[in-house]
Amino acid sequence: MDRLLQTLVAGVLIGGIYSLIGIGMTLIMGVMGIINLAHGQLMMVAMYITFVLSSYLHLDPYFSLLVAMPALFLLGVLLQKLFLNPLMKIESILPENQVLMTVGIGMVLTEIARFIFSSDYKSVKTVYSSSVFFIGGISFNLPMCIAFFFALALTALLFWFLLKTDIGRSIRATAQDRDAATLMGVNTGKITVITFGLGSALVAAAGCLLIPIYYLFPDIGGPFTLKAFVITILGGLGSTVGAIFGGLVLGIAESLGAAYIGMGYREMVGFVIFVLVLIFLPGGLKRLTKI
Amino acid sequence: MKSKHLALIVVGIAALVFPLVVPSDYYRHLVIIALMWVVIGSAWNLLAGYTGQVSFGHAIFFGVGAYTAGILVTKLQISAWYGMILGGVVAMAVALFVGWVCFRLRGPYFALATLAGGEIIRLVATNWESLTEGMVGILIIQSFRSKVPYYYIALATAAICIYVIHLIMKSKWGYYFVSIREDQDAAESLGISTTLYKNISLLVSAFFTGTAGAFYMNYMAFIDPHVVFSLHYISIMAILVGIVGGVATMMGPAVGAFIMVGVQETFRSALFGLVPKWVSQGHALVFGLIVIFVILFMANGVVGDWAKIKKHVFRMKA
Repeated sequence: MDRLLQTLVAGVLIGGIYSLIGIGMTLIMGVMGIINLAHGQLMMVAMYITFVLSSYLHLDPYFSLLVAMPALFLLGVLLQKLFLNPLMKIESILPENQVLMTVGIGMVLTEIARFIFSSDYKSVKTVYSSSVFFIGGISFNLPMCIAFFFALALTALLFWFLLKTDIGRSIRATAQDRDAATLMGVNTGKITVITFGLGSALVAAAGCLLIPIYYLFPDIGGPFTLKAFVITILGGLGSTVGAIFGGLVLGIAESLGAAYIGMGYREMVGFVIFVLVLIFLPGGLKRLTKI
Repeated sequence: MKSKHLALIVVGIAALVFPLVVPSDYYRHLVIIALMWVVIGSAWNLLAGYTGQVSFGHAIFFGVGAYTAGILVTKLQISAWYGMILGGVVAMAVALFVGWVCFRLRGPYFALATLAGGEIIRLVATNWESLTEGMVGILIIQSFRSKVPYYYIALATAAICIYVIHLIMKSKWGYYFVSIREDQDAAESLGISTTLYKNISLLVSAFFTGTAGAFYMNYMAFIDPHVVFSLHYISIMAILVGIVGGVATMMGPAVGAFIMVGVQETFRSALFGLVPKWVSQGHALVFGLIVIFVILFMANGVVGDWAKIKKHVFRMKA
């Protein structure tokens, strides 16, 4: 029983961070209609920013949220402006050009990171990295708990932004119906740029929160891109609420898989869920709630 | 029409005598690899270019073909050459499942589902050690010392592949495929069973890709999951070969294969040793930059944008 509870706790805590990654991707998906396959790679960039700040300037990883998030927002804005928006004007037979472009961007980011930092594994050690507290026999890893609550706070902030501010409303309008939003006077070009920046900033936050409990190398982006993608499919394409639950489900399923089947299969659990969702619940969790 | 036939004959003769006039094994090797990519690129183009179902997971079929050939040797002790047919057949069987799952989704979602499929099968191949030897990989003994037999086998495979796809595209099936790409709903309303024809396109594509995989096993004599199921170097490369050459053109993937193998090798060998060694470490970076460049400036490929390229080149000369 303890083992099961412990596994669930670990799953929920990591699930909170997964949700944050998934929300960023699903926002971009909802507004632009494409999956951003450079998502994990953007997180990798944020993690290296945090790494540099903490090892050269000795800044706390959580403090570097304030640096990495704006930096990645800018990077996202630039990528969208320079590489993705121009594609809308290009006539081509295949509509998947934008997705392929994000793959190219992801590869370039990874290789630039390899050029600068080499392929070595890096980690950021903090005093609290391995500190643990107990509640009734269940151990809670402190940095994971901090990360979880940061993730909750950022998600709440995002929902406030989407529901209450003008830009947030414009983003939701563009996601619902691009043409109608344009007709109502929403500058959809600007909205896509902001959304891509916002998605990048969110995944940057996830990167900063992950770094005290994870290690870092240039290829770390790929697996996280795929995780984000699984979460997006699981939650329902373009649904932010779905992404939160998708992230939690993936986190719990992964830690159950690792505890009861074997560590080698941890990565596979997500994909099995992915295939099952496609077969039995195409449309994802969104479909169950009809929201 | 006449000059087109003449060009084909010239290219055909050049291809036939190539290994006899070029004694260097290095260049023979490059052309063999390029011919293998002609097969994969053409197969990808049938599904993506003509039928409009962009696959990000052709490594699935390539890897399955390669592993079929390898497992024939390690488990059944028979020649890996049977894999040239069997690998294609097993790849088709996998394609049936992939089609069943992935054709529930349209457009970009299909692309992403195939991408995830590629990752799943890579993890399966890594973890199912009793069948695939896992990360150790499969090592077999090459049948021929010389590159020449491999060259002709690759050439024959590429020629058959292009010819079959040419025949398919001239038949009724070809028109169904293009109609699905142009407007799936309209095709459906005209009585074309879109799911059936998408699956047919996928099966043919998977067969040739599996054959190419089996050829790779025979030729390179070593495979492991990270090589044959690689997202970047197989799945994305297949897309690049198609896009650089020209999507939905018969000869595009053939042109694209030679360009891509040439570019990759040029950078991998650090411009054939002319520039410092560290440049070769950046070959993956160059690969990514090519993706970005091609999509931004040559969306229809060398063959598709030939008129545009000609105009620009002439203007530069003038």
